[in-house]
Amino acid sequence: MQAITDNNGVKRYLVTLNVNGDSYTKVIKANTTLADFLREELDLTGTKKGCELGDCGSCTVLLDDKPVDSCLVLAVEADGCNITTIEGLAQHEKLDKLQESFINNAAVQCGYCTPGMIMSAKALLTKNPHPTEQEVREAIAGNLCRCTGYVNIVKAVLAAAEDSKEGVKA
Amino acid sequence: MSQDYAIIGKSVPRIDGLEKVTGRARYTADLKFPNMLYGKLLLSPHAHARILSIDTSEAEKLPGVKAVITHKDVPSTKYGLSPARWDENVLCIDKVRYVGDKVAAVAAVDEETVYKALKLIKVEYEVLPAVIDPLKAMDEGAPQIFEEYPRNINTEIHQHFGDVEKAFKEAYYVRKDRFDGQRTYHCPIEPHASIAYWEGDRVTLYSSTQTVHYLQYYLSKVLGMNMGDIRVVKTYIGGGFGGKMDPTGLDFAAVALSKITGRPVKMFFDRQDMFYNNRGRHAQFMELTTGVTKEGKILGVHANFIMDGGAYTGLGVASAYYAGALLTVLYDFDNYKFDMYRVVTNLPGCGAQRGHGQPQPRYAFESHLDHIAQDLGIDPIDIRIKNARKPGTTTCNGFKVDSYGLTEALEKVRDISGWREKKGKLPKGRGIGVGNGGFVSGAGYAIYRTDLPHAVAMIRVHDDGTSATLYTGAMEIGQGSDTVLCQMAAEAMGYQYEKMRIVAGDTVLGAHSFGAYASRQTLMDGWAVKRAGEEVKAKILETAAGLMEVAPEELDVKDGIVFVKANPEVTKTFEEVARTYFVKNGNLVGNGSYRPPKLGGAHKGSAVGTSPAYSAATQVAEVEIDEETGEVTVLEAWDVHDCGFVINPALLHAQVHGAFYMGMGESIWEEVLFDEKGRLLNGNLAEYRLPTALDMPPVVSELVDTVDPNAPWGVKEVGEGATTPTMGCIANAIYDAMGVRIGSLPLTYEKIWRALKEKREKEGKI
Repeated sequence: MQAITDNNGVKRYLVTLNVNGDSYTKVIKANTTLADFLREELDLTGTKKGCELGDCGSCTVLLDDKPVDSCLVLAVEADGCNITTIEGLAQHEKLDKLQESFINNAAVQCGYCTPGMIMSAKALLTKNPHPTEQEVREAIAGNLCRCTGYVNIVKAVLAAAEDSKEGVKA
Repeated sequence: MSQDYAIIGKSVPRIDGLEKVTGRARYTADLKFPNMLYGKLLLSPHAHARILSIDTSEAEKLPGVKAVITHKDVPSTKYGLSPARWDENVLCIDKVRYVGDKVAAVAAVDEETVYKALKLIKVEYEVLPAVIDPLKAMDEGAPQIFEEYPRNINTEIHQHFGDVEKAFKEAYYVRKDRFDGQRTYHCPIEPHASIAYWEGDRVTLYSSTQTVHYLQYYLSKVLGMNMGDIRVVKTYIGGGFGGKMDPTGLDFAAVALSKITGRPVKMFFDRQDMFYNNRGRHAQFMELTTGVTKEGKILGVHANFIMDGGAYTGLGVASAYYAGALLTVLYDFDNYKFDMYRVVTNLPGCGAQRGHGQPQPRYAFESHLDHIAQDLGIDPIDIRIKNARKPGTTTCNGFKVDSYGLTEALEKVRDISGWREKKGKLPKGRGIGVGNGGFVSGAGYAIYRTDLPHAVAMIRVHDDGTSATLYTGAMEIGQGSDTVLCQMAAEAMGYQYEKMRIVAGDTVLGAHSFGAYASRQTLMDGWAVKRAGEEVKAKILETAAGLMEVAPEELDVKDGIVFVKANPEVTKTFEEVARTYFVKNGNLVGNGSYRPPKLGGAHKGSAVGTSPAYSAATQVAEVEIDEETGEVTVLEAWDVHDCGFVINPALLHAQVHGAFYMGMGESIWEEVLFDEKGRLLNGNLAEYRLPTALDMPPVVSELVDTVDPNAPWGVKEVGEGATTPTMGCIANAIYDAMGVRIGSLPLTYEKIWRALKEKREKEGKI
């Protein structure tokens, strides 16, 4: 990784991340988290910060298809990786099945956990398209929601999975 | 009844759903302004200390720091809720009163510089003895936290209705129990943020707030500015639960730092700061004495409570009154005594949290009532039905209760939970319990004395009639008020929900309302919206009458179609009529306003607990206990709610799920802990132990039908009421499973394990 040192002796690194299909090259400090990189450098504020300790999961993004708390990943660690954020889920105006399902199942309240929750669910359904309820609960156990009691969130994820099942049959 | 309505009574999708699932919804901390600075507060490391000196010179010298402020740079006017208890300064002057109290603030070019600058501020303290244990706060010789609160008593309440002593004398059975609550915190997932900027002598503040009105009011009092020169704006809010009612140090500091630097300043709390700022649920220490007849009819109740207020009052004085005021609503009795001491301690200040003051007393009373039922050999649901309040009655402390479906709710929950098949018949380690609750549908009086209406609304139809905008002060914080109010507006106008837009929570561009607290918006803002919609409708019908050459009385409008009532085939579209109105008269606007009638009695504190309408809720939970580990699992829960007419069933049931979830967390896991020096031990979401998706049982949520005469379309509240029965019902289920009572929340695995061990030892089974 290319590094440059400023007049105060602080090192900065040249990183290239592919975010939602587009390549971005930026010069950042080593302590820049992936969450801050997305929010501050790219203005992708759909990735939320709720604790910056890896407890709440609001900042969940996909790093090479794996769900991670982007507050616990340094942007330099993600150099050269593919990142998917909530903004990258809908294809143009077409929402992802999970997004539609969250709306249709009243799984959204304040909405602050929603992006992270959807990203964790996306990772699950990509790996396991027809999960059991228990598998859904385990997949989102690292995403805290204070509004819904998870009832409609679990319902929405299962409904999205069910939807894709029908798609396969058709 | 819902079949008569085109829009309300239907689970339309949330108006903000699309923005939220795409990540486009911007919350306060997501906003950026050109040339913006970042700011943070310096918090006290001591629970109780005198500030001897503050030296900011090193911090000011750090490159990138644009301003460092202390109490000398901000007004010294104190703020709070009740004028008698305005006890909080923007930044501490002479003393700090808890670990986390506000000492100074910094604005700099980036977050990293802010943190570095905070470390360079030198504060010299003289550490004072602190009050950490609320039960020792009133002791002789305890350290005095405020001069104005002798013996650390912040609020003292003594109310007596009827004659409790006489009721106890006449009772067949009198029982006294003591239960302890714990300090809990709202934990909205969005941390607070505030952004301020000035334009000349006017300031704009974006804040994570549940009430732009009160924040504007407090700012105007403290800064000595006209309210009209202060614009408070809320964007999307990531949950409140009462925690975003009191103004925070961020709000005032952002305004001050922005003034000094001439640049926008964004202030923010990290997660630990959130726990310090707190304003969450008070820990209450509750002694209840109740006299009953042989049949279990309650004759009189004495509630003798102490609550830990923490360092400042804020909304806490209302919490103290609420704790006792609402105990009279669910069960009908004539004799009631309420004694309360709210004490100050050197811990973060407490305030309103979902159910405001009432959930812990409900937990205590529901547990107490189960003991009484057991002692008398009465089924817990039977004793509740025997005492349940009837509609059209008035409580002994002066609350008029019109619609009230508690009896029907209890009968229904008994059926759907399989209570009769389960109670006393479950296998070892399993238990079932019931708890009741309910809440006000909006407070009868504003927080400060004022003659302002409680809510106003304006609807403006777009020039060509193809959309309409509702202007309101109601605060969407996740509960769905934007959606529900737009449904109400469309219904009242005869318009389509899909064509509604909303501007809410902006003191300049929106309209006035007191905001999201006391479960008030569906009823109170609903009234204002209904009236505004009806004004639009009247104008539409009058204009259409001219176009259609009939009398306005012969017309009606629904779902965007104006029609002749006697001949519904003859129609005009709302759009065409609205456009015609605009061409002839200009803006098509409707206005509405609401103020509750005079409510309540004449005694001191009689205003707290008054409301136009009261909800009722009952919950049953089934639990399983692992006797080896004390681990408790909630297997299933049933909620039956009387919340009047329901505008959006999907959103309503979602509120019940979330309310049960929060109550369950407080029942089993949640508690904010401090060490002996008042330092937080678990100021994060993992160790505070917010329940996860793996902890949540299936919840069956059902309704009983009532239509309240004092509400628009007969609506009542749901969001807070549904969290008030939960701790009682889970505590009773755990008691049923164990056969021993744990008298303090939360009912942790450790407490259960210890209680079971003690029980086995007593029974000689070791």
